[in-house]
Amino acid sequence: MVRIDSRDGLWPDPPESPESAAFVAAAREGRFLLRRCLACGKAHWYPRARCPFCLGETGWEEASGRGTVYSYTVLAREAPPRALAYVALEEGPIMLTSLVSCDASSLAIGQAVTLVFERSQNGMPVPCFRPAAGG
Amino acid sequence: MSINGRAYIAGAYEHPTRKAPDKSVAQLHAEVAVGALTDAGLTKDDVDGYFCAGDAPGLGPLAMADYLNLDLRHLDSTDLGGASYLAHVAHAAQAIAMGHCNVALITLAGRPRSAGHSGTAARPVIADAPDSPWEAPFGPTTVNLYALCARRHMHEFGTTPEQLAWIKVAASHHAQHNPHAMLRDVVSVDDVLASPVIADPLHRLDCCVVSDGGGALVVVRPEIARSLKRPLVRVMGAGEAAKGQRGGEVDLTWSAARRSGPAAFAEAGVTPADIKYASIYDSFTITVLMQLEDLGFCEKGQGGRFVADGNLIAGSGRLPFNTDGGGLCNNHPANRGGMTKVIEAVRQLRGEAHPAVQVGNCDLAVATGIGGLLGSRHGAATLVLGRE
Repeated sequence: MVRIDSRDGLWPDPPESPESAAFVAAAREGRFLLRRCLACGKAHWYPRARCPFCLGETGWEEASGRGTVYSYTVLAREAPPRALAYVALEEGPIMLTSLVSCDASSLAIGQAVTLVFERSQNGMPVPCFRPAAGG
Repeated sequence: MSINGRAYIAGAYEHPTRKAPDKSVAQLHAEVAVGALTDAGLTKDDVDGYFCAGDAPGLGPLAMADYLNLDLRHLDSTDLGGASYLAHVAHAAQAIAMGHCNVALITLAGRPRSAGHSGTAARPVIADAPDSPWEAPFGPTTVNLYALCARRHMHEFGTTPEQLAWIKVAASHHAQHNPHAMLRDVVSVDDVLASPVIADPLHRLDCCVVSDGGGALVVVRPEIARSLKRPLVRVMGAGEAAKGQRGGEVDLTWSAARRSGPAAFAEAGVTPADIKYASIYDSFTITVLMQLEDLGFCEKGQGGRFVADGNLIAGSGRLPFNTDGGGLCNNHPANRGGMTKVIEAVRQLRGEAHPAVQVGNCDLAVATGIGGLLGSRHGAATLVLGRE
């Protein structure tokens, strides 16, 4: 059995950007934000200042942090093993992320997962997912 | 206006090296340029258009144009990753059709093998890429993003690891005849499945080789092609497209070839059923399977059945593919496989492939490629080529 552990404090640091600053600030407080278009109303990922569907202006909103696994791959040869995944957020968009704190053999497409903020090496928040309680 | 018949591939050359630690990348570009021009029966002074992509050293096309001391009136450094060179052929044909050049030289070279690139290590983070703040920590490398596509394809369509393995098996059957191929041993489905899992569900033998080397093409206007001594390989149709995460509307079951392929067939006025030989960019086995579906060789979701049981093997299968052994077994210079896809298609159309894999009366071929990362953001380019 391959165990995928938390990597809190071990993730490579994400580059900083004016477009991610508010996300990072909220994440440090444990809040998970995504952006929704102020013109067409659609939520998107990854967050950007202009809507990828209509190029309208967008604004932040707090998301549930609930989702389901769209696809995943277990990288068992890496030390420690890890799992890259796309997760479909309850709000609609599908985001590239990683699954943590789980057994690789228990993972499945469609599985319910919950957001957990881990930290990068320099303490930046990294939005990961773990199996939902009871899921 | 169509490019069909407006330009011909007169020269093609694949560098025989697979490891070149003692040569510079510019030197390799120059060697393949010489090879393709010699093949065409042309010289450096005939070249008035030059095309290269991100593997070329220096700024865009400028450093290599200077290194080769070319006197140019048309330059293009469109970069679609490994699919660039397929797009370059189309762009060269467009430029020739518009009278902007007569003889277009396209070069590719690199030496990732000598540089120690493993193929699975994370590539350097491009800090100003808009996706990097959101994705860089997760180490989205080439193989793991393709694995995400394979997993989803299996989930939606019941595609199996055994079916993917047949793609490698077919490539290995062809590579045994290529003295330059990195991997010449014929492998079985069981061999593929027994190789180490790199990024679940992809095994080591689902992955292409890492090789040094390069290749070049010469595309010319029709009057020049007819004045040369080489068989006439006509550019009949082309398409290109890009696909990303679509704002979060991610769908990993299809590629941008869904647009580039039909566009190329339409311009050429042919259908997939007419194709005698197919060069399909094989960075990974899943890359081939998805392109076959997206080009219309079979229904979406039926790719696994299409490739199984040796159906891609020349001489016995219904669609001979990558008869040089492809990227899976032969060569993947500079981690960019589009160039060698065009070169083997030219060999087939000229009747110059190895006799053991030469397709009889091969007068119509397709070459197609995916560049970048299939599971996040990629480009596709497709060419339909014919022999006159």
